[in-house]
Amino acid sequence: MFWYAGKRFLQMIPVFFGATFLIYFMVFAVPGDPIAALYGDRPPAPGVIELIRAEYNLDKPFIVQYLLYIGGLFQGDFGTTFSGRAVSDVMAQAFPITARLAILALAFEAVFGIIVGLIAGLRKGKLFDASALVISLLLISVPTFVVGFVLQFIFGIQLGWARTTVSGDAPWGELIMPAIVLASVSFAYIVRLTRASVADNLGADFVRTATAKGLSRRRVVTVHVLRNSLVPVVTYLGVDIGSLMVGAIVTEGIFNINGVGGTVYRAITLGEGPTVVSFVAVMVIIFVLANLLVDLLYAALDPRIRYAK
Amino acid sequence: MTNPETVPVASDSSNEETPLLKIRNLEVGFETQRGLVPAVRGVDLTLYQGQSLAIVGESGSGKSTTAQAVIGLLPGAGKVSGGSIEFEGHDLTKFSDSQFAEVRGSQIGYVPQDPMSNLNPVWSIGFQVEEAIKANGIAQGKEARQRTIEVLQEAGLSDASERLKQFPHQFSGGMRQRVLIGIGLSARPKLLIADEPTSALDVTVQRQILDHLQTLTRDYGTSVLFITHDLGLAAERAEQLVVMYKGKVVESGPSRAILENPQHPYTQRLVAAAPSLASRRIQSIKSSKPSDDSVRIFGEGSLDDALIARAESRGAGANEDLIKVSNITKVYEIRKQGFRKDKLLAVNDISFGVKKGTTTALVGESGSGKSTVAKLILQLESLTSGTIEFDGKNLAGIKGQELLEFRRRVQPVFQDPYGSLDPQYSVGNTIAEPLLAHKLGTTKERYNRVSELLDQVSLPQAARHRYPGELSGGQRQRVAIARALALKPEVLVLDEAVSALDVLVQGQVLNLLTELQTELDLTYLFITHDLAVVRLVADNVCVMQGGRIVEAASTDEVFENSSNPYTRELLEAIPGANIQLGA
Repeated sequence: MFWYAGKRFLQMIPVFFGATFLIYFMVFAVPGDPIAALYGDRPPAPGVIELIRAEYNLDKPFIVQYLLYIGGLFQGDFGTTFSGRAVSDVMAQAFPITARLAILALAFEAVFGIIVGLIAGLRKGKLFDASALVISLLLISVPTFVVGFVLQFIFGIQLGWARTTVSGDAPWGELIMPAIVLASVSFAYIVRLTRASVADNLGADFVRTATAKGLSRRRVVTVHVLRNSLVPVVTYLGVDIGSLMVGAIVTEGIFNINGVGGTVYRAITLGEGPTVVSFVAVMVIIFVLANLLVDLLYAALDPRIRYAK
Repeated sequence: MTNPETVPVASDSSNEETPLLKIRNLEVGFETQRGLVPAVRGVDLTLYQGQSLAIVGESGSGKSTTAQAVIGLLPGAGKVSGGSIEFEGHDLTKFSDSQFAEVRGSQIGYVPQDPMSNLNPVWSIGFQVEEAIKANGIAQGKEARQRTIEVLQEAGLSDASERLKQFPHQFSGGMRQRVLIGIGLSARPKLLIADEPTSALDVTVQRQILDHLQTLTRDYGTSVLFITHDLGLAAERAEQLVVMYKGKVVESGPSRAILENPQHPYTQRLVAAAPSLASRRIQSIKSSKPSDDSVRIFGEGSLDDALIARAESRGAGANEDLIKVSNITKVYEIRKQGFRKDKLLAVNDISFGVKKGTTTALVGESGSGKSTVAKLILQLESLTSGTIEFDGKNLAGIKGQELLEFRRRVQPVFQDPYGSLDPQYSVGNTIAEPLLAHKLGTTKERYNRVSELLDQVSLPQAARHRYPGELSGGQRQRVAIARALALKPEVLVLDEAVSALDVLVQGQVLNLLTELQTELDLTYLFITHDLAVVRLVADNVCVMQGGRIVEAASTDEVFENSSNPYTRELLEAIPGANIQLGA
């Protein structure tokens, strides 16, 4: 187990360098001059441009730029934005907000997705199951921003239960509605996944044996059906941490949340290499860590995996 | 939680008048879109305290469905549509779910068929046994843990206390079945339903487990309801037999009486086809030549007359070895934790020869290396050392055109008739495929060859256009044999080719193989775990254990005066081997 976790940590090293290099290269390869874009229609004096280029290392070859950036990273220097703020400052402000949003969304989709999926799986073919399937299909096919606007309209404007936009420091309470919007698609997938898995396991031989032992229905379902059904769901949740970060760009836009999504979007349009790469590098690390966590959870849920390693 | 009047309480049932289990006119059906499809159609059955009864029949006869109805575990669409199941005088068909939960485990125990799939893979063995003990109120807390160890020790796991925390995948099939028997008996039920409890296990393990089960149930005074397809096993282990066919009971009574004098035509066929019993018959023919009744008793409708005739006339044969295996060894490397590798000696320095036109059987339990030998001979795996000669030529390094020619002459037939046929290929295409692969004949010629082959394996011409999904297991295995014969091979390597089939079908396929051998002068390498079948078809036997051949001799010698202890053990373990027939 220890060996396995250690091996996975070592695997993160090439992933980190590969991802940062690729992203740095892509930002570098985007056509257009970031400095020119910064000043718009009124070009500054030629000397100023040269000065800015030198300051941001834009005059050096690509590979040197990348190495300088990585070197700075190891000294805790994430670089600066074109407006002069340290990238680390921007990250310290944006990440906690998005993290809160993602945690709420994850909790929502995991708890309600598994509960609804379990009930649907146990009542396969009945009314509850059919409705769960129709609703989940609806949530999967309707774009997130539509769900967002609808909820904003109903709960924010008609009923006045929640604020339609989120204030600057984004407290937990105000993030509940955006989190539900963000989680809606994944919630639908988890319902379907849990349902199929539960229905599958219900027919398993060991479930029949458990019943034959004289266990109550409740115990058979919670002990022998649910745990076995969670393995695929946990996998999905792990992968989903990544897509919650990405999906947050749209949701953050709708609710005007000052999180990671919006910051990265602006940085990309401005061609701010260090900002984009730093944010994405952190996201990559979160993603890899989440997957590691999933693998460890796997082993906790399924002893066959634990001992095969 | 339930009405106390309707829940059977543990009372003394010494009263001989009330049977423990009384099934009357039971009807069970499965809901489908076309209405209720009956699976059990009017079954009557009576079982008294302390008795054992076996329901025998082939797959689809309704024997398992009957057992599942008794314990209220019919699969999803199943429904009791008529009749009654009285357990100690209470009608189980009228029980609610919670009433059933009370009866299950504590009153009626259940040992399922497949030990591989019947334990939850994510919970430890100890947990799964303890759960049964707690649920039936036998013991709680620390006491329950202690009781768990006792139950497992009684079931034959001597090191139970150390293995409680282990998981099902760390146990062998036999060990798992012991655990399941332990669970089934943990609450000392009055009735134990054993649904094909050992059909997934090797013969020697099967015997140990059945012996153990018999001892335990005798000690506890538990009645046992066996469900099995093996007539020999049923007769050996149960006092009473109930023979089911297409959802109906066709014959019932004391086991010996049915075996010695079957009344219903179906039972007669079943008795005639049971390989274990046929084996005995060959012996009795040999030992009591002059006045011999045994053949006549089973004479009518016997499917294996040809087999018996063959077994009698064996002994002749050519002298040259068509396949000669010398000192072959196969080592597999197994990845272990970290970077270490373990070596597994699957085949350990074995030699034997197969003469032209004869049948050589490789016999052994799972893990003995018999299938590896088959793969090595078929050139599907590479040798670690040793040589294999075919028709006087060393096969080492054979490739290209020569390999293709070798493959044409030596064809395999595999165990699973469900897995070895492509469901997307019609029967005609399946049989013609080897001809295409070897680019033989024109379309017309191939068509004719397929017709000829269908005739040879006794399949109707119309079968050409059908798909594997529409065929029965026996028909599929015929298709697989026809495909193997398409290239007019000289050798067939039959890897457990009849093991997955019901007895009657097995008898038919064995007869077919024997006929084809005489007709086409084929040489067979017959790989099986079933010694009873070996006796019917093989001229020579090689008994394998742990990668080695422990005995190689003619079939008669092996069966009549083998001196090898392992061979003796295997022979003893054949279900029904100890039943004397026609003696």
